[in-house]
Amino acid sequence: MPAPEKKPAPLEFEAPLLALSGQIETLEKQLADNPNPDLDEDVRRLKEQYNHLRQTLYTNLRPLDHLAIARHPQRPYSRDYFGRWDPNWIELHGDRKGADDPAMVGGLMQLDGMDIMVVGTQKGRALRDKQQCNFGMPQPEGYRKALRLFRHADKFGFPIVTLIDTPGAYPGMTAEEHNQSEAIALNLREMAGLTVPVISVITGEGGSGGALAIGVANRILMLEHSVYSVISPEGCASILWRSADKVSQACQAMKMTAREIKALKVCDEVIGEPLGGAHHNFDLAADNLKKALARHLKDLVKLSKEEVRQDRYNKFRQIGVVA
Amino acid sequence: MDLKDWFASRQKRRDTLVVKQPLTTEEYCALWTSCFQCRELIYTRDLRANNHVCPKCQFHFRIGANQRIEQLLDTDSFVEIDRALTSADPLEFKDTDTYVNRLAEAKRKSGLNEAIICGTGTIDGQKLALAVMEFGHFGGSMGSVVGEKVTRTVELALEEKLPVVIISSSGGARMQEGILSLMQMAKTSSALQELHKQGLLYISILTEPTFGGVTASFAMLGDIIIAEPGARIGFAGQRVIEQTIRQKLPADFQTAEYLMKHGQVDLVVERGKLRDMLAKLLTSHSPNKNQTKHPVENQKTASSRR
Repeated sequence: MPAPEKKPAPLEFEAPLLALSGQIETLEKQLADNPNPDLDEDVRRLKEQYNHLRQTLYTNLRPLDHLAIARHPQRPYSRDYFGRWDPNWIELHGDRKGADDPAMVGGLMQLDGMDIMVVGTQKGRALRDKQQCNFGMPQPEGYRKALRLFRHADKFGFPIVTLIDTPGAYPGMTAEEHNQSEAIALNLREMAGLTVPVISVITGEGGSGGALAIGVANRILMLEHSVYSVISPEGCASILWRSADKVSQACQAMKMTAREIKALKVCDEVIGEPLGGAHHNFDLAADNLKKALARHLKDLVKLSKEEVRQDRYNKFRQIGVVA
Repeated sequence: MDLKDWFASRQKRRDTLVVKQPLTTEEYCALWTSCFQCRELIYTRDLRANNHVCPKCQFHFRIGANQRIEQLLDTDSFVEIDRALTSADPLEFKDTDTYVNRLAEAKRKSGLNEAIICGTGTIDGQKLALAVMEFGHFGGSMGSVVGEKVTRTVELALEEKLPVVIISSSGGARMQEGILSLMQMAKTSSALQELHKQGLLYISILTEPTFGGVTASFAMLGDIIIAEPGARIGFAGQRVIEQTIRQKLPADFQTAEYLMKHGQVDLVVERGKLRDMLAKLLTSHSPNKNQTKHPVENQKTASSRR
């Protein structure tokens, strides 16, 4: 799991930053050739301006920008986190019914001295990897694999951490034939009955039922630039606006950014990311998240089995606004 | 009576007689219904008498929640709960129109407060908790209220130790309540986990159409799952699937019969036979049933009674 070797590819809204950094680079090149104190001062001021712009840009992101960061192709995925938390983690495979979905990974690891079960959706990095992982969209077999790991954790008392970064459950013909709906529904019901603590983290895209299927947790954490929604903004735009180019409006209307989800009392904590997004610094992102997880796990392991279940029931029982 | 009186009384009769106005075109059309499938013109009164099933091709028309309750439950046995519960607008959602306006429009069209009716009732004298979704209200979509009402129905069943029947008909989760709608999937499923643990029966009935977040939560969690003939049931819509896999889908894709072929539902039951089927299932699963089945058990209860 190497850190991104290339510089992170810039996003559309980062264009002003890019222009400025380009200017600084050319000036610095000139300086290297013939030193000039006046130019030196210019570069210093430009750099200041750059840092200032960076700060303001990333603190005033539109929902659409968060979405772009959440979907950044160089964003760390489940395996990147798992490998950093415990390089010796043991990956466990298969749903025991005939398949091992690469879009869902999981296994055992030590996190901060605690033995835990981790399960997460996995998007691929290179093209072939992406295709294998089905772009992070699990098949029903993926959810059944997750369920098997949850049950294992329940049996042996391992707390569970799930990482969620998926556009959604795969909408294909065989997925329907293999009962995608039941796979998701059963996970929801069975997760509700687990007697070990569960913490779910939205690390990128939390896409609808396919995300929730491993997200019925005692605590739901979200990375700063992650999003969580009932339908993809593209889907929402095409249904409600009947136009695919209203994605920005759909993003805004659905209130899907981490902060908005926290305000709606679904997310319990927003975890900060390295400036510009987790893809700028995998190690720091993984470390931030690990610390938050360890903190929440320490609270949760104090609860008895029945208290853990009740705590989770109460969390979801009170979600929703009625008149 | 003399002739004068006779004329007077005839005039009186004529005055009180209600003169029938000729039917308007709309009323005239409403007398007949064209079948969506076989195009047969059916006398609407016959269609109603036949549970809104085409007598010629057995096509099952969509029907409202109230009609279903009427068809399935013993007369006047239904006691509704949470009738007044209605949607708020927590996201202050607006697309081409506001959610508030769309809600008002849905209420006006359906005459209901929300896309589900819940309560208790009896089938052949056997009490059950029942939730029936109404597709005619906001596409039967599940927002906070639908989730809350399903959960309360299950909780009521837990309290009174009743079997649960849920009749689904829904386009999925309601986008206008965003993440809160999605979380209703978890909330309802959590309640069903309790029901499952308590060993109470849950029968899920899938009707045209049942999709998305409703299928992927409580609708697929039935101990027994029954579908209506021809009903389309699935997770993703056909258009989305076709766009994803870039190929045509089989004609019977996602129909009740297709689901049965793929092991996803227990039974496909015609509307006219549904009530009897439910009665049978409720009887066979009733908690007292096994006492009469096992003779040893029977003797014990008999002796203790003495």
